[in-house]
Amino acid sequence: MNTTVTALQRVTEDLGNDRRTPRADSTLRRRCSPLAAPAEQLRVLAAVPIEQQNVPVAFETLAGGLRPAGLEIFQVNVGKLCNMTCRHCHVDAGPDRTDAVMSDKTVDQVIAAIGRTRAHTVDITGGAPELHPRFRELVDAAVGAGKHVMDRCNLTVLLLPRNQGLIDWLAERKVEVVASLPHHRRPNTDAQRGRGVFDRSVEAMRLLNAAGYGRGDPHRRLTLVSNPAGAFLGASQATAEREWRQSLEREHGVTFDRLFVLNNMPISRFLDWLQQSGNLEAYMRKLVQAFNPAAIAGLMCRNTLSVGWDGRLYDCDFNQMLDLELAMPGAAHIANFDEASWHGRAIVTARHCFGCTAGAGSSCGGQTA
Amino acid sequence: MPGYYNTQHLTDFGKIADVKPELGKKFFDYYASVFVDGALTAREKSLIALAVAHAVQCPYCIDAYTQDCQQKGADFEQMTEALHVAVAIRGGASLVHGMQMREQVQKLGM
Repeated sequence: MNTTVTALQRVTEDLGNDRRTPRADSTLRRRCSPLAAPAEQLRVLAAVPIEQQNVPVAFETLAGGLRPAGLEIFQVNVGKLCNMTCRHCHVDAGPDRTDAVMSDKTVDQVIAAIGRTRAHTVDITGGAPELHPRFRELVDAAVGAGKHVMDRCNLTVLLLPRNQGLIDWLAERKVEVVASLPHHRRPNTDAQRGRGVFDRSVEAMRLLNAAGYGRGDPHRRLTLVSNPAGAFLGASQATAEREWRQSLEREHGVTFDRLFVLNNMPISRFLDWLQQSGNLEAYMRKLVQAFNPAAIAGLMCRNTLSVGWDGRLYDCDFNQMLDLELAMPGAAHIANFDEASWHGRAIVTARHCFGCTAGAGSSCGGQTA
Repeated sequence: MPGYYNTQHLTDFGKIADVKPELGKKFFDYYASVFVDGALTAREKSLIALAVAHAVQCPYCIDAYTQDCQQKGADFEQMTEALHVAVAIRGGASLVHGMQMREQVQKLGM
């Protein structure tokens, strides 16, 4: 038994005893839903009847082939374990997902690869990445390699007793906290993440503010990430940022540095919700109708390497969830990642990609157009 | 004719400009300009549009601005408050006409 496995048992015990984090949903995996299988998700998406001139719409017809750009973001998904179960989760993360957590061997391989990569940013995601037993080690390795480090944080995880002191620890290392908060008001946030999550999130923001985050210091940057609470696209990022700033400061006395507005991807639990609520066809049509060629240049798949919990490589976190591996046969694993040949790959796309090109565009770095 | 209101009308609304396109273009250009961020944000304008849609009882506009308000970041509570503004003005408009009644009653009655 390796160290991660033993430590992981303690994490799951803590999550089992955690009565304070509200949960909105259960995982597809726990429900034994057919949509827990990536192949089934791809089949459902391909079967949505959207046609133009009597031909089924394919992403590639509208967008053409996406050209790779230089590698900037090294994104590591350390696994699907999370203290929450949000309705829109594209990862199908949750407290029961101990089946998909990065092993010691893979963490070692990732740390070695971070030492070699020319990417300027290491973006750590999950699940709740802070629950991984070797999260801090990973952060330290990336900081040591001179990288800008982003922690994709769900806010409530910071309030768990096991994470006491983590905010100051991150602040000392100038880690950017990229925190998801669906909406700047309670109703939509709680609808998506569970009743009570908004108040817990504000509590976590207060702690972050107290540690110097969200107050204009570039070394203590707090970025908020919003997802629409339903079958519609994200608001205009610049306008929303102004409104969020006013509302959060006036109503709750908390501040942040910038806001990313994302679209919801029609995969995993959001796909399940779209199906259950009868919104799937209309939502897909909306994404296709809102296709924006100007959003393509800034797409994250062009400049991001996405590393899965098992070390396999992808063009983005969404492809990762759909098992759409990097088109580098025999080399799509972090153990043998070759950055030079990565630049010549063909980016893998399918219908879910319409989520990133709709409206003002959507990427891990916010809107792209 | 299937009936008076049809959801497809909203999707096909642009076709109204097939005839007299120069007038249609002026209208749609103007319309688009009205809703951009200005002294009021696009979200505030969308909430006003939602309230007006209820006041003029236009099902097309109610559908369109319910979606638009959500997409602009308004929530159900804010949208319901906007609706009550329309209700208050409509109700108030009836009630204030009661002053006319009152005047007549006072003039004609003993």
